[in-house]
Amino acid sequence: MRIRAQVAMVMNLDKCIGCHTCSVTCKQTWTNREGTEYVWFNNVETKPGIGYPKHYEDQERWKGGWQLDAKGRLVLRSGGRVRRLSRIFANPDLPTLDDYYEPATFDKDVLVSAPAGLTDTPVKQPRSALTGEPISLEWGANWEDGLGGAHERAGTDPNITAMASDAAARVKFEFEKTFMFHLPRICEHCLNPACVSACPSGAMYKREEDGIVLVDQDRCRGWRMCVTACPYKKVYVNHATGKAEKCTFCFPRIEAGQPTICSETCVGRLRYLGLVFYDEDAVLAAASVQDERDLLAAQRKVFLDPHDPETVRLATEAGLPEEWVLAAQASPVWRLISDYQIALPLHPEYRTLPMVWYVPPLSPVLDAVGAAGLDDTDADDVFHTIRDLRIPVEYLAELFTAGDADAVAGVLMKLAAMRSYMRARTLDGTVAEELCEAVGMTGQEIESMYRLLAIAKYDERYVIPTAYSKDAAALEAQAASTSDCSLDCAGGPGMTEAATAERFHLVAEGGQTRPGRRSLFARRGDGRLGLSIDPTGERS
Amino acid sequence: MNTLIWIVVPYACLAVFVVGHVWRWRHDQFGWTTHTSQLLESRILRLGSPLFHLGAFGVIIGHAMGLLVPASLTEKIGVSEHVYHATAVWGGTVTGIMLVAGLALLIARRFVNGRVRRVTTTMDKVLYVALASMVILGMTATLGTNLLGEGYDYRETIAVWFRGMFWFSPQTDLMAGAPLVYQLHALGGFLFLALWPFTRLVHVWSAPLAYLWRPYVVYRARRGAPAAVAPAPATVRDRGMHDIRH
Repeated sequence: MRIRAQVAMVMNLDKCIGCHTCSVTCKQTWTNREGTEYVWFNNVETKPGIGYPKHYEDQERWKGGWQLDAKGRLVLRSGGRVRRLSRIFANPDLPTLDDYYEPATFDKDVLVSAPAGLTDTPVKQPRSALTGEPISLEWGANWEDGLGGAHERAGTDPNITAMASDAAARVKFEFEKTFMFHLPRICEHCLNPACVSACPSGAMYKREEDGIVLVDQDRCRGWRMCVTACPYKKVYVNHATGKAEKCTFCFPRIEAGQPTICSETCVGRLRYLGLVFYDEDAVLAAASVQDERDLLAAQRKVFLDPHDPETVRLATEAGLPEEWVLAAQASPVWRLISDYQIALPLHPEYRTLPMVWYVPPLSPVLDAVGAAGLDDTDADDVFHTIRDLRIPVEYLAELFTAGDADAVAGVLMKLAAMRSYMRARTLDGTVAEELCEAVGMTGQEIESMYRLLAIAKYDERYVIPTAYSKDAAALEAQAASTSDCSLDCAGGPGMTEAATAERFHLVAEGGQTRPGRRSLFARRGDGRLGLSIDPTGERS
Repeated sequence: MNTLIWIVVPYACLAVFVVGHVWRWRHDQFGWTTHTSQLLESRILRLGSPLFHLGAFGVIIGHAMGLLVPASLTEKIGVSEHVYHATAVWGGTVTGIMLVAGLALLIARRFVNGRVRRVTTTMDKVLYVALASMVILGMTATLGTNLLGEGYDYRETIAVWFRGMFWFSPQTDLMAGAPLVYQLHALGGFLFLALWPFTRLVHVWSAPLAYLWRPYVVYRARRGAPAAVAPAPATVRDRGMHDIRH
C-alpha cells in the first residue's frame, strides 16, 4: 500500500454548451507560439464525430494505450520496448499534420490597404500558417461543431463502428433526427500513463505530489513515441522546437491553489477540481483486469476513501500535510466519482486509468423522450426511454464504460431521478420516496448531489490545496526575491520581452516600440530563422 | 604542411569535438533533440530515415573495423587478406548505397516539401552539405578505387596513421603518400567531427538504450520552490478591495 494524491477533474457534460471558451483561454495561455499552431491542449469535440485528430479513438490504427497480451499481461498496444526502439527512425503510427489540420491565417491586410473606389469587394484569403502559401480550408480542430458534416463523416466515428450494427444503423445522421453533445477534452493525467511508459528518454514523468503528467523539456529528445502511445492523442510534437508538449494541468496555478485556466474560465461552470487519494501499488492490477467492463469498478477500487481513518493515518505517515487530507475530504471529484458514482472515465478500455472523468449527458435522452411523444419531466417516461430506446445510451457506453450500457443507464437514471425529485420538491414540497428507492439513494443524498451539480460555488467546485505548506517560507522568499517567470524560456509560453514583441508584431523604432510589420523571416525565440505569420509580407 | 594537415588540424578538430559537446551539453539541453519533422512529412521519411540510419550504422562499423583493427590481428585470427577485402568492399558498398539512398531521400524531402523546407535551419543545410560531400568522397574511394579500380591498401597507411593519433605519434608521411580521394575523405572526416557538436547530430549520444531496463512509469518529485501562493478569488472577494491595497 503506497498512498498518493492526484489532482483530478470531472466535467458535467449536460452543462457544456460548446462555447469553446476553455479551448481559447487554454490556447492563449499555453500554445499561442510558433510550432504549436495546430496544438490544442484543451479541445471541445461534437459527438458523434470523428474528433481531433481525426479518428483518434481508432486504436487499431493509432496503437494508443494498453492491451492484455495472450498471457494476460499488460502491454502497450504499440508493442514492447525492443519493438518501440526498432521504430525510432520512422514511427509508422505517428499522426501527421494532416491528421490534425493545417493551421491557417488570413491576409487581412488586403482589406485594410485596399484602395478606395474598387468595383469589387476585396477578399481576404486563407494562407497556411506553416508555409505562407494560399490554401483552401478543409479541416480544423473543430470542423464538426454542432454536427457539421456529420451526415458524411460521423458514421465513421470509432464509437459508432464499435457498436452492434443494428444499433449503429439506428443512429441516423439526418437533420434533427440524431442526438449530439459536446465533449471537452484535456490530458487525462492517467494513473497508468501510456505516454510516460513509452518515452524512450525518460523525459515524461508523473509528479509524486499531485500526479500531474509533464514533459521535461530539457530531457525530451524528440523520439515522438509518446504521441503514438497516448490513446487520447493529447501529447503533441512542437515542430519548431522538436520536443513533445502536453497539457500541464496548469501546474503553476494548481500549486498556487488556483483552478486550471480551462476550469476558471468555463462559462457553464461544468468543471470540478479536487484531490483523490489512491493506492499506487494497486494500479497495475486494476489496469490488468481481464474483462474491459470491470475496469470502471477496478479503478474505483484503487481510490482510497479520504474519510476512512485508516486512509488518514496512511496519508499522515506518508508525510501529506493536513491541508491536503482536508482537501481530499472536501473534494467534489471524490464525491462525484465514488459517493454518487455518477462520473465515468473516458474510454476505460484503454487501460490507462484516466483521471479526468465525465458526468454523462442526460440531454440526448431527454431529446429522445420528447421525440417519442413522451413527457421529459416525467421520471417514468425517462426511465422507460433509457431502458428501451437504448439510443444514445449505447453510444455513451462506448465512450464511458467500454460498451456496458447498463452502467451508463444507471447513471442516467440517477440524473433523471434527481431531476424529477427536485421538481416535486420545489413545486409542491413533496418527497418522491419511490424515486429514491429506484436509484438507491436517500433524499438527502439526492439533494446534496443536486446542490453540487446545480449551484455549487467556486470554492465548492474547485477544492485545491496549495503547494506543500512546509515550503511556505521558501515561497515567500522566492516571491519576494524575483520577478522572473519560470516560463520565460526559449520556446516557452512566458511573456518575455522577445515573446511579447513577436506575438504582437512589435518593432523598435527611435527608442519606442510600436506595432508594425515584421520581415517574413524573423529570428525566433530559440534563435532559429522562421516564417512569421504575416503572409502579406514580401516572399524572399 | 604535412604537419599542419595531418597533425594540427586533426587534433584541433578532435578538441573542438570534445569541448563543443561539453559546452553544448551544459548550455543547450533544450536544443539537444532529433528535431523530428515526421509530423510535417511522413511518407518519404518512412523510407529514407531507416535507410539512412541503418546504412550509417554499417558504415560506422566498417570504419571501426578498417581503422582500428590492425591487419596483423586479422591475420593472426585466420582471416585471409582476400576474405577481409571482400567483406570490406561488399559490406562497404551495400551499407554505403543504403546511406546514399537514404540521404538522397532525406535531402529531397527538404526541397520537395514546403513545410519541411520552412523548418530547415542554416545549420541543417551545412550539415547536409557536409554529410553529402563525406559520403561522396567515401563512396568514390570504396567504389572507384577498391571495387572498380586497382585497389588501395589503406590498412597499411591510413589506418596506421589514424591509430597513431591515439598514441600521440601520427606518422604524417603515411598520409602524404595516400591517393587524393583518401586524403580528402580523412581530412573531411575530422572537419565533420568538429562540426558534429553544433548540429542535430548530438542526438546520437542520447540513443535511449536505458529505456530497455527502466520501469515503465516514471515518478518524479517536484524540484525547487513551488510557485507563489496567490489569493483565491473568493478570498479577494470576501476581504474587499481596501484590504488588498496595502
